[in-house]
Amino acid sequence: MILRALCLILLPLLLVAGTARAQDPSLAEIAAKFATAEKFDQTEALVRELGATGDPAVRPLLEALGEGRLQARKSDGAVYIVEGSGKNAKLLDPLTGEEVPDASASGLKKVKVNNGLRRVIRDTLSSLTLGAKNPQARLSAASNMLANPDPAMVEALDAAIAAEEDPAVKQRMQEARAAAVLQSDLPDAEKIAAVEVLGSVGDRNVLSLLAAVEAKSEGDLRRAAERASNNIRSVLAAWDAAQNIWFGISLGSVLLLAAIGLAITFGVMGVINMAHGEMVMLGAYTTFVVQGAVQSIAPNLQDWSLAFALPIAFVVAGAVGIAIERGIIRFLYGRPLETLLATWGVSLVLQQAVRTIFGPTNREVANPSWMSGSFEIGQMAITWNRLWIVVFSLAVFALLLFIFNRTSWGLHMRAVTQNRRMAASMGIRTPWVDAFTFGLGSGVAGIAGVALSQIGNVSPNLGQGYIIDSFMVVVFGGVGNLWGTLLGAFSLGIANKFLEPYAGAVLGKIVVLVLIILFIQKRPRGLFALKGRAVEA
Amino acid sequence: MIFSRLFSGGLDRRVLLLLILLVAAAIAVPVLNLAVPPSSSFHMPPHAVTLLGKYLCYAMLALSLDLVWGYCGILSLGHGAFFAIGGYAMGMYLMRQIGSRGVYGHPVLPDFMVFLNWKELPWYWYGFDQFWFAALMVMLAPGLLAFAFGWLAFRSRVTGVYLSIITQAMTYALLLAFFRNDMGFGGNNGLTDFKDILGFSLQAPATRAALFSTSALMLALAVVVTARLVSSRYGKLMVAVRDAESRTRFLGWRPENIKLLAFTISAVMAGIAGALYVPQVGIINPSEFAPANSIEVVIWTAVGGRGTIVGPVTGAIAVNWGKSWFTAALPEVWLFALGGLFIAVTLLMPKGIVGVWEQWRSSLARRRHNAPVPPAEPPAVSVSSPAAAPVTGVALAARPQPAE
Repeated sequence: MILRALCLILLPLLLVAGTARAQDPSLAEIAAKFATAEKFDQTEALVRELGATGDPAVRPLLEALGEGRLQARKSDGAVYIVEGSGKNAKLLDPLTGEEVPDASASGLKKVKVNNGLRRVIRDTLSSLTLGAKNPQARLSAASNMLANPDPAMVEALDAAIAAEEDPAVKQRMQEARAAAVLQSDLPDAEKIAAVEVLGSVGDRNVLSLLAAVEAKSEGDLRRAAERASNNIRSVLAAWDAAQNIWFGISLGSVLLLAAIGLAITFGVMGVINMAHGEMVMLGAYTTFVVQGAVQSIAPNLQDWSLAFALPIAFVVAGAVGIAIERGIIRFLYGRPLETLLATWGVSLVLQQAVRTIFGPTNREVANPSWMSGSFEIGQMAITWNRLWIVVFSLAVFALLLFIFNRTSWGLHMRAVTQNRRMAASMGIRTPWVDAFTFGLGSGVAGIAGVALSQIGNVSPNLGQGYIIDSFMVVVFGGVGNLWGTLLGAFSLGIANKFLEPYAGAVLGKIVVLVLIILFIQKRPRGLFALKGRAVEA
Repeated sequence: MIFSRLFSGGLDRRVLLLLILLVAAAIAVPVLNLAVPPSSSFHMPPHAVTLLGKYLCYAMLALSLDLVWGYCGILSLGHGAFFAIGGYAMGMYLMRQIGSRGVYGHPVLPDFMVFLNWKELPWYWYGFDQFWFAALMVMLAPGLLAFAFGWLAFRSRVTGVYLSIITQAMTYALLLAFFRNDMGFGGNNGLTDFKDILGFSLQAPATRAALFSTSALMLALAVVVTARLVSSRYGKLMVAVRDAESRTRFLGWRPENIKLLAFTISAVMAGIAGALYVPQVGIINPSEFAPANSIEVVIWTAVGGRGTIVGPVTGAIAVNWGKSWFTAALPEVWLFALGGLFIAVTLLMPKGIVGVWEQWRSSLARRRHNAPVPPAEPPAVSVSSPAAAPVTGVALAARPQPAE
């Protein structure tokens, strides 16, 4: 007990000065005492003594002790961390962590620990990190304490708060302290203050903490806790909604990428391209091939392989698209249902071709470093690859919008969309427009494949997974203009994600499908329908 | 009386031949299977009986699709859903017949419900222990679904590819729904492990032969019904809607009602096909709802020749025989062949096998008479023609559709 108090008194001093200190020669002496400690309370005293030095160098030793890997020999006071087992076991110096080459393992005995001791070790370790030099480490230590509050840490936190200079870390420490206070037997007034502090943290852990306080307290404290938890609940609900919107936007961007090429071909040519999904698949496999090529030719450009894959995927899928248009579809104009069947046949052939070439199993496409990992905004986690895909889909959309509205090719496409025969009479070569529009739609599907290879499996069935959803987007948004597709994709994405928590993923999807079927009743040509005489032709 | 009316007019020679073949098969196959000793080379092995029975169910499904697509111009990409629902209705009956012989031995609950810890039978399983009720449901459930769906879709004039796509969405939604365990239809595994039907063991060769004969006779009945339907006044209206919906409307008819009736009858037919299919293959699971299956049905119809009675039956049997052969001999080539079939049929033979046969016959006849005949005989799109013109001859694919 005295030692413990000593430790706590010393801590603020150590936090200020201790971490900067070079390795204390006495550390080794303290460590050596583990060899002679026979009872648990002796070991505990040593642990506290080590903790009191505030030196991060004792960390591996304490960790090893907690895991039961610390072994000592009574005869000469040698203490080692043992790594591995049996003949391959290595003996490491407990302070430097380096292997001791000529150490003998004979007579080594495990330093015994029990649960009480383990807790002491854990507390000591976290108070050590509270004093770490790196603010990030201090922050995570404080967060850890907030998640697992321990009344014994109140004083340590007090000391750390006093010494802390970084406002964010300080804030987190105060929250951790408040959580610890709630677990302790301190007077109600302190606890109410703690509840106030916690009320401003919107966190699920804190919520359950407050619920526990609510359950076993009464009077002012109970009321304060209720108020605070209501507060947190509303904050959490807002974050949940934000998270759902984000998921919805993310799904919507995927749908947009998959559907926009379809919308172009359907809008301009009135052709339902059932092989559209396979163009997406071709794009994804192109990414796989390009990545493999970059790996073998220039491994240091690996992070940029997607940049190479984009144009190549566009060209590959676009070329296949033009080939399909010239080879099959142009003979079927005016017979949309037959086109649908023929392109379905094309999709089967492409699937089987890819299966024959690349095998039926999933292929791995690596994420470049700038697309992996995630970051947090408040209570929501955003992964980089999803964010990039949202950005990318909007960029593709903007580019297509530009092509449609600002180039002569776009003008031709719009003219053919609105009235094919009139456009032809004006001297537009409609067969060319058709071929290149189909190529453009397929090419866009190809680059969608590059993006989708980053978030899903690359398999021969990749396209099948997206085709029905993309149809839904096109049917919902209408083919009148690209904005319909944008709106359709994002509203379907967000609707899907908002239904999921209430109805489950599958039922949510079913509900969306049924809603679309009903929606079609009201607007048989989608949200943004073409109007005028030419439409029915 | 009925027969004289059925056969007096309207049934052309090919349909009659098909009917005779079906009835003959219904008699001959059980005889060849059961009465002829296995040592004889005329003996038909039991698996062949089942396989043929399966083909006939597919043929009926193709015929039902042909009724809406070939005659009424509605390309349904969701006919597999009606087939599967009919199959599920039959499967539920067969499930209840298992009784306490299941793995868990529960007297009422099917195995999967015991496994999922269900305490009592859901309400929609009531009545399926009676065959008559199940048989009613086989027709009623797909019929009602088609009626509701068609009523919504046709009333608001959803046509063409939009209709195709929402039928596909329908079967996709059902696929997802039936995959769920909470639906009470066995989830992923579907319904299987059937023991007997109407008290006869499903494993017995005699039952299998009887199921085959039933399939053949039901298909014959479906052929008769379809043939009568399309050669009636109503059939002419269907063709009119197919070829010029707006004009039909302006003439004072209601295309939505005409389509709705065709769609519903067709769905009932598909449901019956599914109900005959399930006891023969011994399983029904959600994969029957897969959109790809429904599209495959379209190709059977197209290969045989849509807008004809004989075509879809021929096409379904031919394509499925090809599938059985390919998937056994060259499995990796099958999808190439199927995909190629889709492309080739739409591009090269829009009228299917029947169309090619007709062309060949007429060119043969021309050569024989050595008479100069105009190269492309305009097909008879005669809505008002009273003559029982061979419906098979009504072409629609060769030239662009009139503006609607």
